[in-house]
Amino acid sequence: MATKEFITNDPRLDPVTGELRVIAPGQSFRSVTAKIADIVLTPHTSLGWLLLLAVSGSAATMLLVAVTWLFLKGVGIWAITQPVAWGFAIVNFVWWIGIGHAGTLISAILLLFKQGWRNSINRFAEAMTIFAVVCAGLFPLIHVGRPWLAYWLFPYPNTMNVWPQFRSPLLWDVFAVSTYATISVVFWYVGLVPDFGTMRDRAKSKFAQYIYGMLSLGWRGNVKHWMRYETASLLLAGLATPLVLSVHTVISFDFAVAILPGWHTTIFPPYFVAGAVYSGFAMVLSLAIPLRKVFHLEGLVTDRHIDNMGKVMLATGGIVAYGYGMEVFMAWYSASHWEFFMMWNRMFGPMGWSYWVLISCNIAIPLTTLWVRKWRTNLTFMFVMSLIVNTGMWFERFVIVVTSLYRDFLPSSWGTYRATKWDYMTYAGTFGLFLTLFLLFVRFVPMIPMHEIKMMLPSAKVKTAVEAGD
Amino acid sequence: MALPREGIYGLLAEFETPTELVIAAKAAHDAGWRRLDCYSPYPLEEAAEVIGFHRNRVPLVTLIGGLMGLCAMFSLETWISTLAYPLNIAGRPTYSWPAFIVPAYEWTILFAGLSAAFGMLALNGLPSLYHPLFNAPSFRNGATVDKFFLCLEATDPKFDASEAKAFLEGFHPNSVVEVEY
Repeated sequence: MATKEFITNDPRLDPVTGELRVIAPGQSFRSVTAKIADIVLTPHTSLGWLLLLAVSGSAATMLLVAVTWLFLKGVGIWAITQPVAWGFAIVNFVWWIGIGHAGTLISAILLLFKQGWRNSINRFAEAMTIFAVVCAGLFPLIHVGRPWLAYWLFPYPNTMNVWPQFRSPLLWDVFAVSTYATISVVFWYVGLVPDFGTMRDRAKSKFAQYIYGMLSLGWRGNVKHWMRYETASLLLAGLATPLVLSVHTVISFDFAVAILPGWHTTIFPPYFVAGAVYSGFAMVLSLAIPLRKVFHLEGLVTDRHIDNMGKVMLATGGIVAYGYGMEVFMAWYSASHWEFFMMWNRMFGPMGWSYWVLISCNIAIPLTTLWVRKWRTNLTFMFVMSLIVNTGMWFERFVIVVTSLYRDFLPSSWGTYRATKWDYMTYAGTFGLFLTLFLLFVRFVPMIPMHEIKMMLPSAKVKTAVEAGD
Repeated sequence: MALPREGIYGLLAEFETPTELVIAAKAAHDAGWRRLDCYSPYPLEEAAEVIGFHRNRVPLVTLIGGLMGLCAMFSLETWISTLAYPLNIAGRPTYSWPAFIVPAYEWTILFAGLSAAFGMLALNGLPSLYHPLFNAPSFRNGATVDKFFLCLEATDPKFDASEAKAFLEGFHPNSVVEVEY
């Protein structure tokens, strides 16, 4: 390997490995605890937080209005009709759940691979997962037409003597997404229990002690408890890994099992999963960069994190690019008239612009620039890039759903798709819901796992008898 | 075993570093103490090892949970599709087991995950909002932040308050306190 040139006294670099540091030097157990816990325990609520909450809360209220109107009038207020019967609701569902996948990837897969750098970002990435799944789960529920009967999706004994049909990917979705939501919440909460114990012990007010005490379940740091806890965390990570891969695979089956050109492809499962991780890491960056700035967490969320996330985006973006290329290739190689027409129409038809937005945002811009390390550690650049990639990934789902549907096999049934204001309000409203939940999380829950950061400090190591001078 | 509910719970020594804790815990275990526990603000495998805690039953609980989820969903699907509500879907057999794999797989993970989390809590005896150690101010101040604790419990047959105190003080802890029930 060629030797790398780096400035030896650069405090951002680890003197041993020459890599960017995961945690800035000079941290102790108490300073880490104080830094993270005091963000939550301070009685002072910043004006910026309140302003943001007001904005996001208003957007969430708009969601409430849009959904109320939907319940009163029915799904006809959306632009969905024949031939485009799946519109924004499905696009947003797939987009949001894809965003959630990066949280699970960071918390589970990187834990199994012993990637210590994940410890600083896994808590809020997991919170992002849960809130994204909340937003995602909303869409199929309100899309079913009679949402108050959504529980019919589950197998339960009923007086109608009717049971669900287990050969449909749409039903598989019910189990995949509900399991994903449950396991994500459980994994997140298990991770929080010891930190709630720390919060209980540091809180000054009786009320906070009471609430965090309840939430900590009486955690007291017994080393035997810790061993079982570590085993359970590893097992949950091991279970969440195949789960996260299966969730987006099942979602891609919703499309791939249909015989529609543009959906009927075997490449969908891997390319959906890679796309999910791609957009998810972009969302983690969109959240991490402002958070680290606002709460002065530069010592814990370092340039190394930003750099590594950029690398993951580069890799998954490459897989996604391969997926797009293969779709185009297969449209030609299959020698199917319908496939060929679908691809030509997707690129140059009346909605061709959406395809080129997708290609520029997902391929052309990020995959040419993310190779440069200097740019990958540039916060402004990465923040803008994360927004671009998420826009691109939203358009990917839009292209898959709409441009596959609006030119049917028979020209007589061709149609178009133009989203209504209710579509836009619902979509924008889920941003409000997501941000509101996230702001509450940042204010009331320690956003970085304290015990996992402590494990990474040099003072956490038990010295051997010789080193200890015994 | 009936535990005494009054008097002292044990003697609690506070250490500054994990290394000191591990040395003291190892010495106590070697000296024949069996009812003792270590407390640390993060997972400290070495401390668990030296007090003789090598394996736990969380993986077994998780395995049983996962198998239960798998069997429950697969049999439910089979029963529904062949007996309770057989439907002809594009001429496929009613027992089309490949399609049943996906929900059964999800439920395997669901049950295994819930068993891992709740099994871990149950084996740890949590939630238990009260514990005698919370009566010690040093424990409340440090156990979940940056201090390391060794507790010799009064239920140990070797326990004698003054001897135990002398034993612990030999390891130069920050403090040794008696913990009341």
